[in-house]
Amino acid sequence: MSVLAIIENWEGEFKKTSFETLHYGKKISNEIGEELIALTFGANNPESLEGHGASKIINISNIKFETATNNTLSKISAEFISKNEASHIIMSNTITGKTIAPLLTSNLNCGLLSNAIEHPTNNSPLTVKCKGFSSKAHITYESQKQQNIISILPNSIGLSEKNNEKSEVVNIDREINMLDEKVKILHRQKANEKISLADAEIVISAGRGLKDPKNWSMVEELAEILNAGTACSKPVSDMGWRPHSEHVGQTGLAINPDLYIAIGISGAIQHLAGVNGSKNIVVINTDPEAPFFKAANYGIVGDAFVVVPKLITALQNFKN
Amino acid sequence: MNILVCISSVPDTTSPINFTNNNQSFDKNGITFIINPYDEFCLTKAIFIKESQSATITVLNVGNNTNDSVLRKALAIGADNAVRINQESVNSEIVAECIVEYCQDKNFDIIFCGRESIDYNGGKVPGFIAEKLNLPFINGCVGMNIKNEVIELKREIDNGHEVCESSFPALIAGQKGLVEEKDLRIPSMRGIMSARTKSLEVIEPTATLENRIKIIHYDKPIQRSECKMINEDNVEELVDLLNNEAKVI
Repeated sequence: MSVLAIIENWEGEFKKTSFETLHYGKKISNEIGEELIALTFGANNPESLEGHGASKIINISNIKFETATNNTLSKISAEFISKNEASHIIMSNTITGKTIAPLLTSNLNCGLLSNAIEHPTNNSPLTVKCKGFSSKAHITYESQKQQNIISILPNSIGLSEKNNEKSEVVNIDREINMLDEKVKILHRQKANEKISLADAEIVISAGRGLKDPKNWSMVEELAEILNAGTACSKPVSDMGWRPHSEHVGQTGLAINPDLYIAIGISGAIQHLAGVNGSKNIVVINTDPEAPFFKAANYGIVGDAFVVVPKLITALQNFKN
Repeated sequence: MNILVCISSVPDTTSPINFTNNNQSFDKNGITFIINPYDEFCLTKAIFIKESQSATITVLNVGNNTNDSVLRKALAIGADNAVRINQESVNSEIVAECIVEYCQDKNFDIIFCGRESIDYNGGKVPGFIAEKLNLPFINGCVGMNIKNEVIELKREIDNGHEVCESSFPALIAGQKGLVEEKDLRIPSMRGIMSARTKSLEVIEPTATLENRIKIIHYDKPIQRSECKMINEDNVEELVDLLNNEAKVI
């Protein structure tokens, strides 16, 4: 028996969610007294996962998250899950995680608890609290299966300190049978933003209140200072001012950063559905009656073109 | 082209979310149910395909007869026929099993599902169906183009997008981008009238359904404390609060 964590990386480099997944798995591994195994693909430096609780790190070195199909990733993961008799499989609910988890679940005939926001309150039967109703409620599920996949809502659990423990690191290659592939990837393109929205701890978002796409330079400048991701409201993406990939809200991306700064966004219920999982919300809006203030922790009533430059200066002074 | 669109009936976005029965049941009182928005993007795309080449669109729901209204709406928008599998949609696993069983002998060229439902947000059903029916699975699809024997698709990936090609039949889990919000159709009077004469078939599930996942209870997130207002001439105070109080910068 074991706990197996599927650890994503981006172009071979691990991100915060990679370590969050390990941290989650380690706690379960301690509780049930079974070893934690990390499984990753195409990592540049699998040793960098050491000190986070995995006794063994398996790196499928010839397959990369960027170029493999979800089918390949799922099939190979299933093989290692079975070989290691994993009872608990931990993943991050990124887009890749959301795609692979149900494929794996169906293949293994196990249970799946997606969007977990807390550690399990019980490991057998597995009981986990998950996000639901677009962050307007939580749902606690209990699985009737002995083997389960838990996919964690990114940035909802946190991290543990790195220790000096070493792990057994295994680099292996796996043949892929391309004939099995019904989907052929033609190309992949990275979004312009430097930081993935789902991975960002701070997100700066702006809406129609900015009046023109040219005015986004101050949003980007603010994001640069705070090492933040940039997002936008639905009307802004509908008008083509910003790419669809930046749209957060009901029909866009749901995010839950530590800090969400909304500039010139009124806070329609559809927008809140995508961001009300954020731990702290700052709202900057000219309209004191904007509904977003009711859902915020901090608010400034004022013109974005006056407030944002001031905030940039204040943050530059703070950072220096 | 034989197209299936799986439709989930969900509370309207603006509905109050409350629970009853000691927080063990979702309170349906005063809730308006709508076609899951992600499913509606798929349905609209299916109608576009039908308008550009010949196609038959079947819409499918798993649930009780209170869901007939969303199926009627789908028919009024432009689906050709509707099927409801008369089974309480207690969890994604059971819904997926019912859909898989139904699809076995139907030869659909495309099965559309919304990427997730806006109530339980599980996003499990499309992947479950794809794996069980051994279909190519295109999740988070934001664009598609049929080219003779293949489908060219665009899907969201973490921090970017992917363009891929799939053979038929395929399972496509769609979202906004597949069509735009402005493309969504409001049922016309003629559509509503003709929906009355279209078939809405109710079938009983025959597969043995395994209840793998149970809901123990619901709860609501802790309300945020009242918003602290900061004067626009004193943004330094905001920086200080974010640093010392929220501890996020």
